[in-house]
Amino acid sequence: MRFDEFFNICGQLLPGMTVTLEIFFFTLLFALPLGMLIAVGRMSKYKIIQLIFRLYIAIVRGTPLMLQLLVVYFGPYYIFGISISSEYRAYATIIAFSCNYAAYFAEIYRTGINSIDNGQREAAYVLGYNRAQTFFYIILPQVIKRIIPAMTNEFVTLVKDTSLAFCIAYAEMFTEAKRIAAASTSMLPFFAAGTFYFVFNALVAFIMKKAEDKLNYYD
Amino acid sequence: MTKVLEMNHVKKSFDNMEVLKDISINVNEGEVVSIIGPSGSGKTTLLRCATLLERMDDGELIYLGDKVVHSNNGKSIYQNKKGMRKAMEYFGLVFQNFNLFNHFSALNNIMHAPVTIQRRKKDEVRAQAESLLKKMGLEDRGNAYPCQLSGGQKQRVSIARALCMNPKILFFDEPTSALDPELTQEILKVIKDLAAEKMTMVIVTHEMNFAKDVSDRIIFMDKGVIVEDATPEELFSSNNEKTKTFLGSYYGVS
Repeated sequence: MRFDEFFNICGQLLPGMTVTLEIFFFTLLFALPLGMLIAVGRMSKYKIIQLIFRLYIAIVRGTPLMLQLLVVYFGPYYIFGISISSEYRAYATIIAFSCNYAAYFAEIYRTGINSIDNGQREAAYVLGYNRAQTFFYIILPQVIKRIIPAMTNEFVTLVKDTSLAFCIAYAEMFTEAKRIAAASTSMLPFFAAGTFYFVFNALVAFIMKKAEDKLNYYD
Repeated sequence: MTKVLEMNHVKKSFDNMEVLKDISINVNEGEVVSIIGPSGSGKTTLLRCATLLERMDDGELIYLGDKVVHSNNGKSIYQNKKGMRKAMEYFGLVFQNFNLFNHFSALNNIMHAPVTIQRRKKDEVRAQAESLLKKMGLEDRGNAYPCQLSGGQKQRVSIARALCMNPKILFFDEPTSALDPELTQEILKVIKDLAAEKMTMVIVTHEMNFAKDVSDRIIFMDKGVIVEDATPEELFSSNNEKTKTFLGSYYGVS
């Protein structure tokens, strides 16, 4: 194994890694709250609102993320005739990933919220908590604890899914690895990329485990 | 005598099943009233209507002269949000399954609502919460989480939580039904102590001896109507066939 070459490639991949990290963090930043809104809409007592969000979730889950990326990226041009700038790649990526992951998060939130015993809500109601207070003080903290394992799954998948941004030629790490591999006719860049994903995910899993342990003071 | 709770002509149905058929009750200040009756008699529904967990179809609900629910053309009209918020302050409720907040310590379970909802001073609330824990014999369990407490301890914390809101009346919904017999006694003792302090209470219970012992009045319900509303002595020597049959099923005589 040529270590110097390996580290040389890692160096070349560094800007791409930053982009991958950006996709990861911005997607979470937008998808986590958006998912909560979708979950609330999905659980609305109004059938029509419920239906709209169910349809949204069905579409997002039922079509490939790669396709969604392409639609968000090329859609403005093909549908509305708006010319696309190259900076739009970054926005398109974040928009597509956020919309996609929010749908999955929504279902996880919904499961979590429904799993909380109704007695918790009734106790809060009788003590005078209004709906928002009940949600933020009583329900949400307990939901977070319960959904951490499911969320860890999603986070780990997201790390790997960032590589899909290569389909709109967004210069995240995997796109770069592919380019370098083609130019140098070597497998080594892929090996470097794989190592990066693996280490990143180990870190994600470690942090989520810590969070889970921290919330383990009650069951 | 001040009427703390007044329910007039309460009617409630679930999908055409009439659960409460024209129920009226009064509870005076300092009075302990037990509600007994077979399963499905409507006693828990009545309690849930009184504590606003269930909306009644028709009838009135009055706390200390404040008409929380009034009747208009055979339909119950509830006050607006603000009125309802105020109404919640009149009463406390102790659940069968405790319903303590799992993620809060015992002390925080008691203190959270007075501090966050009633916006009282933290120091003052803490002092009251600690004295309530002491009264419940749990002064060293304040930092424990519900999952670390026994059923009886949980129920005592939940009584303390209700009391810390300084309610004018305290409702108990089968407070010992989820407990082992030996834990039942510790809860009944707490309720007796409260009765001795002239706390106004309404207790839905299956503990006949306890009801007989602690109550000023016992209401016997069956199939959505009040069969009898009497003192324990009167009720336990009643000639009413329904009452006799029900009590007989508890004591093995009829």
